[in-house]
Amino acid sequence: MNAMPQAIQAAPLLRVSGLTKWYGQIIGCRDVAFELRPGEVLGIVGESGSGKTTLLNCISGRLPPSSGSVEFDTARFGLADIYSLNEPDRRRMQREEWGFVHQNPRDGLRMRASGGANVAEPLMNLGGRHYGKMRQATIDWLERVELDTRRIDHKPRQFSGGMQQRIQVARNLIHGPRLVFMDEPTGGLDVSVQARLLDLLRELVRDLDLAVIIVTHDMAVARLMADRLMVMKGGLVVETGLTDQVLDDPQHPYSQLLVSSVLQI
Amino acid sequence: MSHQPLIVVEDLAKTFVLHNADRAAIPVFHKLRLEVGAGECVVLAGESGVGKSTLMRAIYGNYLPTSGAVRVLHDGAYVDITQALPHQVIDVRRRTLGYVSQFLRVIPRVSTLQLVMEPLLENGVEPEAARERAETLLDALRLPRAHWELPPATFSGGEQQRVNIARSFIRNYPVMLLDEPTASLDADNRAIVVDLIRQALGQGAAMIGIFHDHDVRDAVATRLFPVAQFKAAA
Repeated sequence: MNAMPQAIQAAPLLRVSGLTKWYGQIIGCRDVAFELRPGEVLGIVGESGSGKTTLLNCISGRLPPSSGSVEFDTARFGLADIYSLNEPDRRRMQREEWGFVHQNPRDGLRMRASGGANVAEPLMNLGGRHYGKMRQATIDWLERVELDTRRIDHKPRQFSGGMQQRIQVARNLIHGPRLVFMDEPTGGLDVSVQARLLDLLRELVRDLDLAVIIVTHDMAVARLMADRLMVMKGGLVVETGLTDQVLDDPQHPYSQLLVSSVLQI
Repeated sequence: MSHQPLIVVEDLAKTFVLHNADRAAIPVFHKLRLEVGAGECVVLAGESGVGKSTLMRAIYGNYLPTSGAVRVLHDGAYVDITQALPHQVIDVRRRTLGYVSQFLRVIPRVSTLQLVMEPLLENGVEPEAARERAETLLDALRLPRAHWELPPATFSGGEQQRVNIARSFIRNYPVMLLDEPTASLDADNRAIVVDLIRQALGQGAAMIGIFHDHDVRDAVATRLFPVAQFKAAA
């Protein structure tokens, strides 16, 4: 008998195979395959239209692929194809074990509920009943994302864009997910606000040992956040590798163009 | 101490291909072989442009070689950096393979002290112990205490360089790559860095270095390695 292959010893948190999405005749993403380990941060980079958001939506259970599989190491079923779970089970798994930070906080927050209620809601959805404990957890998380806890009852609209984004981050981490998806999390923010949010995200990811899949078109964000990168063009993954290797010695013509187009300051 | 080399470079070749410049190919070196053992400091020699930094970066996994292998002794077994998965390279860098460059990569909002402590914290050292060691090093490198709680973004080149040195020497990496670590330092600080390098060599580190300063080079080199002898034909 052969020894067990290494891939089995270190079970992946997520395994994507042959993932393809067609929009009619138009390709969204094609034949994407990779594995993600616990605590690993994967950056998906490329220009708009490259298929990175399609890929993120397919992987995160929000858009069924045309073919291929997305297997996740679920707490209740072990490694399972998320699209083979029935819908209630899949939704429950997404709520319990995942987070999703949208580019636009309006897509990830309930604008009519208070900031505090937005942060506490995942705990309530997961069956939290002890009001005092949930309120304390909410206050702890507001502090962790550096928000003034006296503003716990303010509506998201009363916060700045950067603050709204930090509320969204707290809302997506409070329940202790193992995998968090981020779609251009610093996209619409001023540069100084962006730096602060990135730094906060970097600290949280490290302290909580989170696995993250982050989509960005910003190479500086990719360098700061990601352990490894996937470069996408026309729905295909054209290059993968260690972040600093892809950025400092890109191999594919498109990666070279992408990296050399970044303005130096 | 075992006599196994800590780094084995086998038949390494690197050619840059610039796809957006008519696929121009720039060959740097080929068939390059190098072994470095414990306590050795191999200094890469040659004119600028000969490929010294390219070799260093290929060994660190920052550049992707065209062919060949870079084996680093990690946890008692060789890991080929050119073939290893990203998480394996990250693990080798965290525990075995240190890199001191000329430039500090500043992270907004992270204080100098925190930046210097980080390599110890990542390896499970208690914060108090890490802080003590960081303070000792920053004092030795004579970085003013008033600077310690500030992020180094606004420091001078020489000050940033010293923060970088402290961060790199705070733990004993078994293998160290030194890319002009003394480039913007004055004579006193250069002498301190030479001491740090010698201490690490005495403790069995294997080093590969680039030094343009001949005094520093002569003070730490156990042998010179002329990169030009492996020059690839254009």
